[in-house]
Amino acid sequence: MTLPSAGETAAQADPPEEIKAIPVRHPGRWLAAVVVLVLFAMLVHTLVTNPRFEWNVVWSYFLSRRVLDGLAITILLTVVCMVIGIVLGVILAVMRLSANPLLSGSSWVYIWFFRGTPVLVQLLVWFNLAFLYPKISLGVPFGPSWLTANANNLITPIAAAILGLGLNEGAYMSEIVRAGILSVEHGQGEAAQALGMARGLTMRRIILPQAMRVIIPPTGNETISMLKTSSLASVITVTELLYAVQLIYSVNFKTIPLLIVASIWYLIVTSVLTVGQYYVERYYARGAARELPLTPRQRVWRYLTTFHAPPPGPVLPPSAGSGR
Amino acid sequence: MSVSARSPAPGGGDAATPMVLAEGLHKRFGRLEVLQGIDFEVARQEVVCIIGPSGSGKSTLLRCINHLEKINAGRLWVDGELVGYRERAGRLYELREREICGKRAEIGMVFQQFNLFPHMTVLDNVIEAPIRVKGMPKASAADLAAQLLDRAGMREKAAAYPRQLSGGQQQRVAIARALAMEPKLMLFDEPTSALDPELVGDVLAVMRDLATSGMTMIVVTHEMGFAREVGDKLVFMDNGVVVEVGAPREVLASPAHERTKAFLSKVL
Repeated sequence: MTLPSAGETAAQADPPEEIKAIPVRHPGRWLAAVVVLVLFAMLVHTLVTNPRFEWNVVWSYFLSRRVLDGLAITILLTVVCMVIGIVLGVILAVMRLSANPLLSGSSWVYIWFFRGTPVLVQLLVWFNLAFLYPKISLGVPFGPSWLTANANNLITPIAAAILGLGLNEGAYMSEIVRAGILSVEHGQGEAAQALGMARGLTMRRIILPQAMRVIIPPTGNETISMLKTSSLASVITVTELLYAVQLIYSVNFKTIPLLIVASIWYLIVTSVLTVGQYYVERYYARGAARELPLTPRQRVWRYLTTFHAPPPGPVLPPSAGSGR
Repeated sequence: MSVSARSPAPGGGDAATPMVLAEGLHKRFGRLEVLQGIDFEVARQEVVCIIGPSGSGKSTLLRCINHLEKINAGRLWVDGELVGYRERAGRLYELREREICGKRAEIGMVFQQFNLFPHMTVLDNVIEAPIRVKGMPKASAADLAAQLLDRAGMREKAAAYPRQLSGGQQQRVAIARALAMEPKLMLFDEPTSALDPELVGDVLAVMRDLATSGMTMIVVTHEMGFAREVGDKLVFMDNGVVVEVGAPREVLASPAHERTKAFLSKVL
């Protein structure tokens, strides 16, 4: 075969011969697949054949009123505590990065304290706050008070759970937010300042939106973690999902089936949260990549439509001729 | 040094007041003396190019002018007003953040690394500060942005995100973004140093157009051709001092100082 002459273009030449090679064998993969399959079969077998799973009990309680009420409280706790945690986290992170030593110092102490004590202990302390402060009043410090309430009435179990989980979450979120803020390139803040934007405006419009890309994935983690940590509220008699099923099985002794009910619900909500996180991440990725990744739906759509027409690729027009 | 002798009228604005005036400017970073007594003047509508080896304090001087850096000694006026301070009865009072922001809003700055906001489209980059800082209505900000992007040859890219653009295109957007605040002074900090050679020309063309329109500009640059053709004045800095100032053609052709000669022999 002769080399094509310089003038000959690729289109005119015969298409090159496709490589046809014998692929490398992967016996290890086959072995691993067999092992995984056998283990999976064993799992399915035991799930189906072991009568003590009592699947009929699982399904009979799965949509029961008490379980769904517990689920609602779990979701409520997760949402409220995460909102508190995120708001508090942003405030603490901004304080921590402040030039004012009083602000950064108090933020440091807060984080030190709430990360340094177990959240279960914090929940119990809030729950038992009435021992420490039987009456809680609102008024001038060291001066007269306008409103006084009985701590036992004010700090209900659910309020104690929200306080304990939310304030604790704030400490963790602040570190996540701080990492996000620090990840934004220094020049961004400078460019905003040079345009006359004040620090607060710069943080809100320029720094935080970019920090979100770093903040979102661990926050998704924290939310999923919060969903499950909220089960700790069962020890202070909040009838969230876990305590709801505990109350049921303490009467009928169907312990395992009811724990399975709770687990399945936790899995379902976690899956929903994971999908939600994907879309939030995608939203904040705009501008980060040259093209946004397709959503799963768009991917299916494109697959279906591009059978007929080639996908319109992004065409970057060449930059205007240099005028040096 | 007598400060009161020149003491420009507060408020400035009249044609006789220099746009930028520096006297005995000092800036330290820790122990490092970056600016060691800079005397410097930029008249209205003048284009001043600053050249010099890296580490000579060119960028720091630029950053002092819009108070991104605080000076340690000396005095610095922009348009007849002290930068960062107010002088009353011989004492200096620091300005509030609001006041500093107000002054920065009147000075445009273009960075070596463009520093466009990557999470906003080109148009949003340009209209952000006019809307949020000056309180301009969105429609008029968009009109202004369209004009400025047009002038920079970037109008058809208004909906693109900065990372979808080439470096030269990003820098032209950055210039439009700074101009959208309708500044009275433009600072350019090595605007073409991060660009591929074939993209430099487009950016310089936009800057040349701006100079022709009468904008007061201070340009830290390594583009000697631009300095020669567009600059009214060339400043050579080394080791934190102004070594030589003069008409660009003269300084470049026959530098008076040894240090200028040595520097130019390396870059020309």
